[in-house]
Order: sequence, then structure tokens, then C-alpha cells
Amino acid sequence: MTVTDERSTAAGPEVGRSRLRKEDQRLITGRTRWTDNIVLPGMLHAAMVRSPFAHANIRSIETEVAEQAPGVITVVTGADVKDTQGAVATAWPITTDQKTPDHLPIAIERVACAGEIVAVVVARTAAEARDAAELVDVDYEELPAILDGREAAEDAVLAHPSLGTNTSAVWRLDSAESGTGGNVEEEIAKARTDGIVIEREYRQQRLIPSFMEPRSTVVDPTGEQVTVWTSTQVPHLLRFLIAATTGMSESKIRVIAPDVGGGFGGKLQTTAEEFATLAAARRVGKPVKYTETRSESLVSGHHGRDQYQRLTLAASKDGTVTALKVDLIANLGAYVGLVGGGTPVLGAWMFNGIYKFKAYQFNLRTVLTNTTWVDAYRGAGRPEATFAIERIMDELAAELGADPLEIRERNWITHEEFPFASVAGMTYDSGNYEAATARAKELFDYDGLRREQQERRDRKDPVQLGIGVSTFTEMCGLAPSRVLGSLNYGAGGWEHASIRMLPTGKVEVITGTSPHGQGHETAWSQIAADRLGVPFEDIEVLHGDTQIAPRGLDTYGSRSLVVGGEAVVRAADKVVEKAKLVAAHLLEANAEDLDFSGGRFTVKGTDQGIGITEVAAAQFTSHNLAEGMESGIDADATFDPVTFSFPHGTHLCAMEVDTETGGTRMRRYVAVDDIGQVVNPLIVQGQVHGGLVQGIAQALWEEAVFDEQGTLVTGSFVDYTLPTAADTISFLTDNTTSPSTTNTLGTKGVGEAGCIASTPAVVNAIVDALRPLGIDDVRMPCTPERVWTAIQSAGASAGGEVSGGAQPHFDEDAPNQDGPEPGAAEAGQKGADQ
Amino acid sequence: MIPVQFDYAAPTTLQEALGVLAEAGEDAKVIAGGQSLLPILRMRLNAPEKVVDLGRIEELRGITDEGSHLVIGAMTTYADVLASSAVRDHAALLVEAVKTVADPQIRHRGTVGGALVHADPAGDVGAPALALGAEFVITGPGGERTVPADEFFRDLFETAVGEGELLTRIRVPKHTGWGAHYEKFVRVAHQWSIVAVGATVRVDGGSIAEARVGLTNMGSTPLRATAVEQALVGRPATEEAVREACAAAAEGTDPPSDLNGSADYRRHLATVLTRRAVLAAAGA
Ligand SMILES: Cc1cc2nc3c(=O)[nH]c(=O)nc-3n(C[C@H](O)[C@H](O)[C@H](O)COP(=O)(O)OP(=O)(O)OC[C@H]3O[C@@H](n4cnc5c(N)ncnc54)[C@H](O)[C@@H]3O)c2cc1C
Repeated sequence: MTVTDERSTAAGPEVGRSRLRKEDQRLITGRTRWTDNIVLPGMLHAAMVRSPFAHANIRSIETEVAEQAPGVITVVTGADVKDTQGAVATAWPITTDQKTPDHLPIAIERVACAGEIVAVVVARTAAEARDAAELVDVDYEELPAILDGREAAEDAVLAHPSLGTNTSAVWRLDSAESGTGGNVEEEIAKARTDGIVIEREYRQQRLIPSFMEPRSTVVDPTGEQVTVWTSTQVPHLLRFLIAATTGMSESKIRVIAPDVGGGFGGKLQTTAEEFATLAAARRVGKPVKYTETRSESLVSGHHGRDQYQRLTLAASKDGTVTALKVDLIANLGAYVGLVGGGTPVLGAWMFNGIYKFKAYQFNLRTVLTNTTWVDAYRGAGRPEATFAIERIMDELAAELGADPLEIRERNWITHEEFPFASVAGMTYDSGNYEAATARAKELFDYDGLRREQQERRDRKDPVQLGIGVSTFTEMCGLAPSRVLGSLNYGAGGWEHASIRMLPTGKVEVITGTSPHGQGHETAWSQIAADRLGVPFEDIEVLHGDTQIAPRGLDTYGSRSLVVGGEAVVRAADKVVEKAKLVAAHLLEANAEDLDFSGGRFTVKGTDQGIGITEVAAAQFTSHNLAEGMESGIDADATFDPVTFSFPHGTHLCAMEVDTETGGTRMRRYVAVDDIGQVVNPLIVQGQVHGGLVQGIAQALWEEAVFDEQGTLVTGSFVDYTLPTAADTISFLTDNTTSPSTTNTLGTKGVGEAGCIASTPAVVNAIVDALRPLGIDDVRMPCTPERVWTAIQSAGASAGGEVSGGAQPHFDEDAPNQDGPEPGAAEAGQKGADQ
Repeated sequence: MIPVQFDYAAPTTLQEALGVLAEAGEDAKVIAGGQSLLPILRMRLNAPEKVVDLGRIEELRGITDEGSHLVIGAMTTYADVLASSAVRDHAALLVEAVKTVADPQIRHRGTVGGALVHADPAGDVGAPALALGAEFVITGPGGERTVPADEFFRDLFETAVGEGELLTRIRVPKHTGWGAHYEKFVRVAHQWSIVAVGATVRVDGGSIAEARVGLTNMGSTPLRATAVEQALVGRPATEEAVREACAAAAEGTDPPSDLNGSADYRRHLATVLTRRAVLAAAGA
């Protein structure tokens, strides 16, 4: 595809135009304010001393030797700052009796996962801090660790002994109880006698968000306000939580998210590192910077997914679905994160997908383990749900010997049925599954590939072909504040925007969302340009600083455009309303007689008019305002959505499976997404492509693995196999458009769509290729070894645990590592020695 | 990812380098392309007091034709190998293997010598060097010695190069006119080989006259599948005949078990990949 930047001089609206992103030059060249680029006068550097043990009591911490090391200013332990360090909080206790272990930024008595911070070394240079961190001598008493979510549910070993159980919360949604559908058990019982019941267990492996920019924090405590620059998705939430947990006055805290290099939910967190850096900086009274290494990022930034899913699907004999029952165990890791247990809860409204179930039940148990904490990761709860329903719909099709698209069509909501009240209690705003599917089939050459599949089967080709389907929906636009309130969430879901009309004709759009690579500056400019009739280039979008954008709830959950973009629309409309009064006075006309279009107010039926930027200048001088009129046409707006919006799409994937090696190769991938009105098709393509790769990566490549001691084996990108462009193919993407009814522009979210939809499409394709061999599942990631093992056992095994540890590619012993006895590298080496 | 502080020396001649090494003793570490050493230093898996850079020693870099052999200087980069028509014509297997190493950035810095001395069993140049019967010229304070390929690789990350010594060049017997293929099996493109097989064969009148097969990551050192090599001689280059000969590819191997595959799976892969490599090398 060639990308052309359509100039703003071209006629027509900005919205819908494939604008190149105005922020890209600085982001891509790196000549910008990444947190780690920030250098302050007198700034010191921090290094973290982290626990190598998954679970241990801290007997003592010896800091003297480190404190004598060159350049070291101080070593801060949790005990040193126990009254001021604050806490890493959760915003969403999903039940009133949820067990939430205290999460101290710097652990004091006990560590509950490897990588937890036990001390902070502050030195003149980052190298000196790192050197001295190795001189801090921590005496640990190792405790038994529990790592697996399902085992944790049995409480044989406790992640936090004082809690008495590993279960954090039990949460349930039942359609009969909530009056949104029938009784699940009755429907399943009925299907057991005269219908079809399909029962499956799926595993959502643990993933690591792997944002490009490692997390970094700079704290300057020397001003009247303490300023915190940090690579976060949530500067506003961080400011609030620093105040709430450290006792600092909120008005004394300024948080800035400068340019942030990706997050994918991984920076939807207030982190131990942020609080530890803050505590250290306040203690030494000087600016302190901390930037994590990639290895630290992988072990201590929160992980994603990690669920055991048990599903029971009931259907009548003709394949009409009747009931779905979901039993989930979600591993939260050692602590309940910001969204924490709420992440799997977000799946509660999505397991039913686009299908018309009569009865539905969702049972969730969240458990604590001695592993890295788990929280939101692109899609947060919805990819897990979509995977389960889209996998099991294929199983239903296989049971009936029907085409998976036919089975879906038999059960999905038709386009005439919108708005549709789902069995889980959500109202889907709009959609057209038929249209998206028809377009996807056409782009994919569905019938042609099915023919090829048959031919390969007939000639027993060692390379088999499979076709995978995913007809997904998701809910985005977190979130109606009222709904969040009813779910016990600790904050609202509104979003804010302000527009400042500068006297020189330029415009500042201030948004409470906090972009970290999505392109808000471009999209918001397009929206404001249309609403105000000013050139795209004349608009500056400001964000991510609690002093500049004081009101906001930040960026996650595909909310920025549908909630934050709508706030921009409303603020712009208010500006026009205010400007109209000034214009009316200047034009000596009645406001009712003015039209506004293309940035000009004109008096109906005359050629008299004035531009909105001239009005801005006039209100600046205020030389000639109407009697009693307040100067100023700037405006603010806060938008709180009434409901979610529901993007959807049909994704089709063809995979070749080499039955001799178990290796897989993607042949074709088609994604037709309906995300309502598109503001910038180029940005949408970027979001879809990136999302697809992340979802495909879950299906094929990525998994966070711990060894028996709880050491992260996939602790670097050598072993955590993140794909690159070389591993992907050119995707065929297109859109159908069912405008959302929940906001003025008719937009739906797109940030997570690709990631939500693609995982089941890929796994369905692999299973489809192998189905004639009696195989009905391959565990993710579908590594060649797992695929091959499944083939060998002809379906008896779906490819279980991976064997062994990481293979070392670097030989030397680890002179500076006081790891647990057989560390990750050694475990791998042993494997190699056998 | 900050290494422990070290001193740095960049000698310009081999003699000078050997002198610096002799003086620094076991506290010194040689750096070639740095593609393995730098990660080791940055992860603080090693903390040498002195790093001796071979990058300015001209005599260690380059490829020369010595009649029956090609001589490849230790500091010759992967990119140099790929650009060399001599290597392509006379040791095609090396080119095929080097093509698969990592990515272009790494291929422009990483060196043949560094890779061989690093001796990662998952590295891609060891098995081809072994299969081609390369000789390794090692230079130390006492002068030069030449070690045959089957004595060079000692164990995991261990070679015949001793403390204070340098690998200076390898001598590769010419395999002019031999077909070659390196079949590398990975999950993502930039990965080290899970298993790889390098095969180079001389086809004469439709049947295989001579064959050399090297296995990557099937033990603690690169291995040669001599049983397969012998079984291939005289066979037609057909799928069936080659399949039979390659069935024993994993015999005598001792592959690792790790995240990417169990030992059994690797043994299975070795037989499949050997067949594919041989067939491709034979142009079948
Ligand atoms: C991301 C990544 C991916 C990679 N993927 C692959 C891959 O797919 N396949 C593959 O084969 N390799 C791969 N590598 C490793 C790469 O090939 C290295 O370049 C190679 O292993 C080392 O070569 P070097 O010149 O960089 O050596 P260095 O890293 O400089 O040195 C390696 C070791 O050899 C010693 N040494 C170097 N030269 C000499 C000499 N002349 N005499 C004595 N000792 C010496 C050094 O002291 C050190 O111990 C990868 C590396 C990275 C970083």
C-alpha cells in the first residue's frame, strides 16, 4: 500500500481522511521527551535491589557496604520510608469481601514474587547505582511458593499465608438471577437429553505486554509541587493515588506523562517503581531518575491473561445455541493490580459473543500466587472471552459437521435486531455481522481455500491447510460512570476536553486522555478542525500533564476516541456557541440569523460574515464586546457515556500446518472490522495491524514461563519470543460501517479489536487443519512441538506443558547474581547436559 | 543493562594483541563483533577487567584463496562472507548457513571467528565448518598451531582456544561444485536454531557421490552425521532413497530439552530436516 498524505487544501472534511500522524517524526526519531531523555540539574539515579525468590521472608538487609561504594548517596529500604512510601493500590475490588494483600512499593518483611523491590540505591550515576545494588546483602528465608492458578485454588500452599486462602474473590453473573435470560442449568439439562452439550477446557497462557519503551520515572521534589515524569498510561490516576496513599496533598503533586512509548495496558498501572522512586527522591531531596532494564521490565511489569477456562455450551440438535456456562480461574499473581480482578470480570459480558443464548452464567474465581502480578493487557478480559466462545463455536460446528460460518450465522444477532439486549445484560448499539462476513469471505476467497484444503486432505499432503473463523464483538469506551459505580470501581469513566482559541488564530485542544503511541494528536486535530473550521495544522493537542490537562481519566479500554473524542466534539460545539454571540455583536445581527460553516459565521441571506479566528482575536482585545458580555470563547466539556459501544468484525485465517515438523505458516489473513465511523483510516489500519500481530503472537509465539522456583524463564527477548515484521504476512483489511449510536461522530473503539479477534482465528485454523486426525485442540502458544505432539498422539494430548527451561546462549557463570539455587540459566544448561 | 566498568585496549597488530592478553591474564576478554560478548557484559554474567578489541587488526579480516583451501580471517564478518563470491563458489554451505544468522545489523558486526570461539551449540556456523572439514589456526604466545574441526569444539561454549590464545583464521577445503543447503528450524525469524542441519553434496550422474552433513544444536557441540553421510553415497537423489538414508540422522546425538522443544522432538526434527537439507542440496 502506498501512503499519501492528502493535503488539507483538498476539499471535504478532515474526519475520514488518511492523515499522516503529526506526532510521528518526533516519536520515531526519538528526539522528544521520553522520560529517560529528561535530565535535571543535580539529578541522581536509582537502581532497584530485587528479590530473586518467589516467596521469602526478609530476615535482614545489609546496606553498609553499598553505601560506601563510589558515588552512592544512600540506600533506601522499605523500613526507612514505611510511613511515606504509600502503596500500590487496586481501583476495583470486585466484591466487598475481596482479599487484597497489602502491596508495598518497597517490601519490608516478606516478598511474594521474584522481582519485588527490597531496596533502592541512589547514586550519582546509573552505573554506580547498578554496581552498588549488587553490594546490598539481603538475608532471605525462603518460603514455599505457589505458581499455578488452578493449584492455587486448592489452597495447599498459600501465596500470602496471613490471608488464609489464595482465593481473592468469587464473582458471578447469572442471566436468571439478573433477569436477562433463562436458567443455565435447566437449559444444559435439556440439551443433555435431546440436544448437544459441548464441554471444553481452554488455557489462556500468561503473556507479557512488552511495550517498546521500558518504564522510566523521574521525580523532582525540589519545587513547591513534587513533579513526577513517568512513562504511564494513567497520569491522572497516578496523581490521585499518590495523594491517596502517601498522605501528600494532591495539590502538591504534578504528574506528567511525556511521550510514552507504548503500553498495551502494561502501563495502565501505578507501579512499585514509581512509588519507590518518589520515596527515594523525597528522602534525598533531589531529583532522581529510575529507568528499568528490559529484564526488569519483563519480570516486574504486570503480565496479562493467565486463565483456566471451563466452558459448557448447550445447543439444540440443529445447532441453535441455548446456554453457555463459564467457569474461570484467573491467576492475579502476587498482588491485585489497579484493575486487577476487574480484568477477568470485563470478560463477563463478552463470553456470549454475538450469539443469541437463552441462558448464561459466568463464574469467576480470582486467585493469588507467587508470580508477577497480572492485570490489563490489550483487550483485558475480552480477548480471553472471545477466544473461548469462538473456539467452542467451531467445536459445535465440528460436532454437527457444519461449516463454522453457517453455525455462526444460525446463531448471531441479525442486523435488524439492533439495538440488542444481550443475555449478559448489555445493549449492543449497532452492527451488521452479515455484511462484515460477506466482505471477509470475498476478500479471503473462502470457497477457493476450502477447495484447496480438500485437495490437500485427499492427496495426504504433509502440509495441511486449515481455515479459522472469528466473528467477534467487543465492548469499548470505558465507561459509563454509573455502570462503574454499580461494579464497585473506584473512579468514574467520563472524559474531559478543553479548547483554547488563541488570538493568533491557533487552537489548543486539551484532552484528558493520555496517548502513548495511538495518534490522538492527529485524530483530535481532525475532529476539532471539522467542528471549528480551522486548518488541521493550526491545532495543537495537549495532554498527559496534570497541570495542563487537570481533568482526565486517561487512555485504556478503547476509550479515548469514543469518550475523549466526544468530549472534544462537545467542547468545540460550545466554543462555536460562545463565538456566535460575539460574532452576532460584531456583525450587528441576531445570533439566530447566523449560520456557521467552514469556520465562518455568516448572516443568512447576505454576504456578510466573520471567521471564527477573527472572533478569537476580537475577544482577546475585547475592545468591542456586547454590553455585559464576559470575554472569552474557550470552552470545556466533560462527557460521560451512557453505554458502551460494540465494534465487531469477521476475521478469517488460513494456516498451513507441516505435519512432519509441527511447524505452522500463515497463508492468508483477512480482517473486516466494523468500528463505526472512521476518523483516520490510516491510523485505524495501524491499530488493526498491530493488534492482529499481538493476537497472532498469543496464538503462536508468546508465553511467560516460570520454573519450579518461580523464576521467570522467559526473562529476556531471547526466550520470550516476540515476533517481528519478518514473522508476519501482509494482512487484508477492510471496514464495514455501522455508526455507533452512543456518540455524535458514530465512532467505536479500534485499539484492541485486532488483538481480541485474531487469536481464536489462528488457533481455529490450526485445529481445522488437524481435525481429520481427531485433534480438537492445541494449547497456546501452538508451538511446533505442541502441534507435533498433538499429531503424534492423534488428539489424545493437546500438547501439554513445555519442557525444561531456557537455553543459555551466553556461557559465563553468574558471578554477580545471588539467584535461587538452580537459576533459570543453569536449569537450561542442565537440560543441555543430559 | 550497564556492564561493570572495564579497561579497553584496541591493538592494531596480532603481536600487540597477544602481548596485551599475556599481560592481563585471565582478567582479559577478547571482543570481536561483540554480538555475544556485549549481552554477556550488559547482563553482568561476566565482568572482565580488560576488554581487548580485535577490530583494528587488519590481518585478521578477509577471505583469501589458497588453491585447495579458502582462508577466512577470524574477524571476517558474516556480511563479508555473504558478499564473497569465493565462498559462494567453493564453500556454499557456509553462505547458506550465514544467511540465516539473526538479522542484517548483527550480520554486519558478528564475526566468523567470534561465533566459532563462542561455540554456542545453537550457533549456525559451527556445524557447517565441521561438515566442511575446516581447520582452525590458533595463535598464542608460543606461536601458531592448527586444529582439525573435530578437535576444535570441546563442549558447551568450550573450544580448543586456550587462555591467552586467539583464533586467527580458518582454512576451509574447497568444495567446488557441491550443492549446499542449510535447513534451520525456528519459531520466530530472529531466533537461534532449535535444530538446524547443514548438508553439502556432490551429485554425479543423478546420484550422490559425496555428502557432508552437520547438525546444529543436537548436542553440546556441533555434530557431524557421519552415518548419514556414508549411507547417502551412491544413492539417487530421490525423496525415497534420501529419506531412508537420513532416518539415522539423530543417532549418537544428545540434544537439549528446553522451552523450544524436548530432546525427543529435536531428534525427530533432525531426521526430517536432514532429509530436506540433503534433497535441497542435491537440487532435488
Ligand atoms: C539478537 C541476536 C541474535 C542472534 N542470532 C543468532 C543466530 O540466529 N545464529 C547464530 O549463529 N548466532 C546468532 N547470534 C550470535 C551472533 O552470531 C554472534 O555474533 C556470534 O556468536 C559472536 O560473534 P562476535 O564476532 O560478535 O563475537 P563476540 O561477541 O565479540 O565474542 C564472542 C566470544 O568469542 C571470543 N572471541 C571472539 N573472537 C575471538 C578470537 N578471534 N579469538 C579468541 N576468542 C575470540 C570473545 O572473547 C567472546 O568470548 C545472535 C546474536 C544476537 C545478539
